[in-house]
Amino acid sequence: MSSLGEADRKRLLADSIAGKFPDARGRFGPFGGRYVPETLIPAIERLEAGLRTHLHASDFQRELADELQGWVGRPTALTHAKRLGARWGADVWLKREDLAHTGAHKINNAIGQALLARRLGARRVVAETGAGQHGVASAAACARVGLPCTVYMGEIDMERQAPNVGRMRLLGAEVVPVTEGDRTLRAAVDEALRDWVADPLGTYYLLGSAIGPHPYPYLVRELQTIIGREARAQLLERTGELPDALFACVGGGSNSIGLFHPFVADASVEIVGIEAGGRGPALGENSASLALGRPGVLQGAYSLLLQDPHGQIQETHSISAGLDYPGVGPEHALLQAAGRVRYEAASDDEALAAVLECCQSEGILPALESAHALAGARRWAATHPGKRILIGLSGRGDKDMPTLQRTLIAQLEAAGRRGAA
Amino acid sequence: MNAPAAPAPHERITAAIRAAAQRGPALVAFMTAGFPRRDTFRAQLTAVAAAADVVEIGVPFTDPMADGVTIQRSSRAALAQGVTLRWILEELAAMPAVKAPLLLMSYLNPLLAFGYDELAAAAERARVAGFIVPDLPFDEGGDLRRALEARGIALVQMATPVTTPARLAKVCGACRGFVYAVTMTGTTGRHVAVPDEVIAYLDRVRAVSAVPVCAGFGIRSREQVARLAGHVDGVVVGSALVEVLERGEDPAAWLGSLRPDPA
Repeated sequence: MSSLGEADRKRLLADSIAGKFPDARGRFGPFGGRYVPETLIPAIERLEAGLRTHLHASDFQRELADELQGWVGRPTALTHAKRLGARWGADVWLKREDLAHTGAHKINNAIGQALLARRLGARRVVAETGAGQHGVASAAACARVGLPCTVYMGEIDMERQAPNVGRMRLLGAEVVPVTEGDRTLRAAVDEALRDWVADPLGTYYLLGSAIGPHPYPYLVRELQTIIGREARAQLLERTGELPDALFACVGGGSNSIGLFHPFVADASVEIVGIEAGGRGPALGENSASLALGRPGVLQGAYSLLLQDPHGQIQETHSISAGLDYPGVGPEHALLQAAGRVRYEAASDDEALAAVLECCQSEGILPALESAHALAGARRWAATHPGKRILIGLSGRGDKDMPTLQRTLIAQLEAAGRRGAA
Repeated sequence: MNAPAAPAPHERITAAIRAAAQRGPALVAFMTAGFPRRDTFRAQLTAVAAAADVVEIGVPFTDPMADGVTIQRSSRAALAQGVTLRWILEELAAMPAVKAPLLLMSYLNPLLAFGYDELAAAAERARVAGFIVPDLPFDEGGDLRRALEARGIALVQMATPVTTPARLAKVCGACRGFVYAVTMTGTTGRHVAVPDEVIAYLDRVRAVSAVPVCAGFGIRSREQVARLAGHVDGVVVGSALVEVLERGEDPAAWLGSLRPDPA
């Protein structure tokens, strides 16, 4: 959207800060909307009406707050990362979503939507998952509220994130491998949508990211802004100041919108989203849809997409399954167009280096997704000495052990053997 | 100067269905462009168009979220052979005209990438009379509808068993060519019986539609077609025909087998 003039950008930003998005048509400026088969329209309208009734009602909010505190373990810690800070020459703070129940921010959304599904009278829940974190969170939340849960997962992701598949099954979910399409998150969303189309009134679709047709990007944002609201209050309490800069990783964009949204009106805070740069900028080598994509419609929303000149969606690559997606939530596309958030990419190698640095400096194993945010923050710190940086640590890396075993751990073991020789 | 104007493309669709419906439900035949083979596209289209009353040509897409496994598979195979919307439009413009009106069925993103105004012009050159866009619900369709209507090209809307009466009236009112009445919720390609409530639903759609109503999703037998007769103006046959083409069988013979016996 480089065609936008300065005046348009200012208006979009002002409207965003004024809370005008999404508008009545489910738009974030030009982005968003509701591009779904006619079959789903009644279900989506019912969901929208359900949100209006329940989401901000005091009894729902009380029920949600109870679950977030007593079951999810909120508020999550804000950790002063002193050794990372010393290495980077910065004052570094980590918002610890890795400490939330099931190991990532995904649970904030999953429990909120599972409670909503129960209120809306759903008979069953379907969900998609990429890294498996949303699948695990959905399985856990459905067990907690007593609804059957089916999770669609691409077979490539099932291999990359094998430990999470077992966790979902233990939690009572049916895990269905998706063998069509790109066999990752995007194919899983397609398959979950197909399931929902088959029974739009009895099934609740528990979408895991700030993507998809309206009202999902709005609903997921509302359930994830607890990250930013807590972090903002915690940092103010600890330091008396706002951060100079904010970093989060962006795949579909749920943890990042959750962290960013409460800071959008704070003009002094620089906000940076870090996408998966994969192996490089060529088409198919990364998942950086904001940095490298063009506008288009995929899976219900008009947003930025990695696509070829014919409008065919591109295969993507990232070492982290949770970022491996060719689109992005429409509100991120808006925040980029409005000039409020800058989006950059971090490569697979930078993310791996950040995992190791965080492990060995802070005793925290971050998810590969979250490591992208660390890598982006580190790069920024190198040119902005002495600044206060808040980083969304969206999840823990236990699920990444198969990938880490092949990469970092294999390297450490090889270095150990060389040392012994 | 006063010669009667040629019918608009959308009127050709309506007329073809109404004419066929004199003898039983019109057959709207779906084939994925370039499947199973790109180099036989023209011959295959000619054969299908000779046996059907209207032909729906599927534009392959990487993420066909409203389609079942058969059309997903055909779509992927066509993409692998380099079939694009531009190629389809060029092939259609270059080949001899077929009698049956042609529609393109495409997901929205390839149309967006092409550009709506250029698309409408290219569609006119290719004698495409209408479009069906499964991920473009009525409310989001304004821009495309305007671009196509400027050249008399139909944007077919879908009705479903769960569409509310108020919305049904709105959708049918804006529809050109025919109303695509989805007979079940779910993706394409699964065989379904035709229960009484589906018949009642089709009667409801027909009562509010000024253009013909064609039932689709899951239609693959003469018994189903016979059961729908009198309640619809036509039937869309998709996955079943794609399977016939995939097996290399004669589409004309198969389509003919769906029609009622001559009286």
